[in-house]
Amino acid sequence: MARSKGGSGLPFEKPILAVLEEVASLRRNHDSGKADLTIEIREAEERAEALTREIFARLSPWERVQLARHPNRPYAADYLELMCDDVVELHGDRGFADDPAILTALARISGFRVMIVAHRKGRDVKEKMACRFGMPNPEGYRKAMLKMRMAERFGLPIICLIDTPGAYPGIGAEERGQAWAIAENIQDMSTLRVPIVVAVIGEGGSGGALGIGVGDRVLMMENAYYSVITPEGCAAILWKSAEQAAEAAKQLRITAGDLVGLGIVDDVVTEPSGGAHRNPVHAATSLKQALMRALRELTGVPTDVLLEHRYRKFREMGSHLYS
Amino acid sequence: MAWPFRRKRDMPEGLWKVCPGCEKYIYKQQIEEALQCCPECGEHFPLSGYPRIDVTVDAGSFEELAANLEGRDVLGFVDGKGPYGPKLEKTRKRSRSSDACVIGRARIHGIRVIVGALDFSFMGGSMGYAVGEKVALALETALDEGLACILFSASGGARMHEGALSLMQMGKTSAAVKRFKERGRWPYISVLTHPTTGGVTASFSALGDIIIAEPGALIGFAGPRVIKQTIRQDLPDGFQRSEFLLEKGFVDKIVPRAELCDMLADLLTLLLPSARVEARQ
Repeated sequence: MARSKGGSGLPFEKPILAVLEEVASLRRNHDSGKADLTIEIREAEERAEALTREIFARLSPWERVQLARHPNRPYAADYLELMCDDVVELHGDRGFADDPAILTALARISGFRVMIVAHRKGRDVKEKMACRFGMPNPEGYRKAMLKMRMAERFGLPIICLIDTPGAYPGIGAEERGQAWAIAENIQDMSTLRVPIVVAVIGEGGSGGALGIGVGDRVLMMENAYYSVITPEGCAAILWKSAEQAAEAAKQLRITAGDLVGLGIVDDVVTEPSGGAHRNPVHAATSLKQALMRALRELTGVPTDVLLEHRYRKFREMGSHLYS
Repeated sequence: MAWPFRRKRDMPEGLWKVCPGCEKYIYKQQIEEALQCCPECGEHFPLSGYPRIDVTVDAGSFEELAANLEGRDVLGFVDGKGPYGPKLEKTRKRSRSSDACVIGRARIHGIRVIVGALDFSFMGGSMGYAVGEKVALALETALDEGLACILFSASGGARMHEGALSLMQMGKTSAAVKRFKERGRWPYISVLTHPTTGGVTASFSALGDIIIAEPGALIGFAGPRVIKQTIRQDLPDGFQRSEFLLEKGFVDKIVPRAELCDMLADLLTLLLPSARVEARQ
């Protein structure tokens, strides 16, 4: 998997990072009192901004996939910290184990009491291993459903934050019914009697994403991707070479813009210049605004209407393209 | 040496088949009589859509629904071998079906049902728009008409060529199953056949009121190759086979093809008081 290390940046970020390095060095000189470099600093900053805008205006789908997987990209746990108050994490599926790859928490977001259900990737190596890099086991999906049922009982809206390469493909996962866990979540989310807002914040990997992805509104961050299969997986099957992942990413139409066009995603959440990892606070503010807007729209909608709309949303998804 | 030629003429190609299970030469007519199973070792050979329905329902009772519902290349998808559109067209011509799923009304021992079958020989039984739509239509028709719904799965998963629209068919079909179960009192019976994996297993196939598997079928979420690559160790014998799933608690029964029709009729008459009356007619 072509992944870049955090420090050096992604290949297409390099020219931007070089100018930002220049800004930093000018600032050091300025701060040391050797010379007044205010004008030079501003000029370099403007250059960095212009260059960022230029590069980001023509990002390829594969480059967006790399941004969605950027090691410094904010994860669900980061957004929770930046967006929510009174976060109380809840654990366990009451059947087999607690899967850390799914994070479930009660929280308050701008006055709304909500249930958060999210994929967790893990920041350090130990946490990444425990979370299998954000690939849940069946007990993760069952934990998600258990907490969502609880939200339904207490009338709490549900916010699902999606960020997974896919459900975990392991022996234990199969033995414990990965397919069954995902299928039951998709089935039961379609009739949960509270509003559900879904946001794809990074990787929207296939059934592993949809397993917590059925809702009344589906939002997607600007540099996230949402796909039926990873570009590498698709390339390996249809091109017989994982090297063709960039081409597969293009053919699969996995960017937020593409998916709005296909009627799969309702709204794109704008990211700060250079991507969410360049300014997580700004990214969290945009995401929070989009979530609040959706929650406000859905609050007060009679439950039967809400559920009928949800059913039709998935029942008719994409049908205008086929008729 | 002329005899190999004469031998070839004496034994026209296609009269015999080597069973991949027991490696014996079997007379094809015998295989046909055994509903495409090996009479020696019981190996179940694949069945495409229409033959599957033929061996399951009462002769002449099948009435196809949505026969012209076709997939379409809405993304302009081009892979290593070329564009999806012409590939789809070619597959349709060869298979003489509109996509990888056939649905319709039928009778089983006289009991009216809605039946559907995925066709693995049509692009690996993959679920794109047309398959998702037919599955949802089958369930909705069954609900409207107050009938049981029986769906046969055989699929490699979602159809990549239709991108995330294929993924959304998991949402569509699962929501349709949920509605069918909530609003009606008729059973949805899911029959898993070799192979059923990926997005099809992880949606409507796993959601049957009753789940039946054919013997020896490969059934799972991830394919064995992907799992092997991820965990870098060999997989245990029988892993992801029907018998394994029965042991782990994910299917109700394993039923050999020859007994399936009777089993379905038994289940329907036990679950539906009206079915018994219909069955007698």
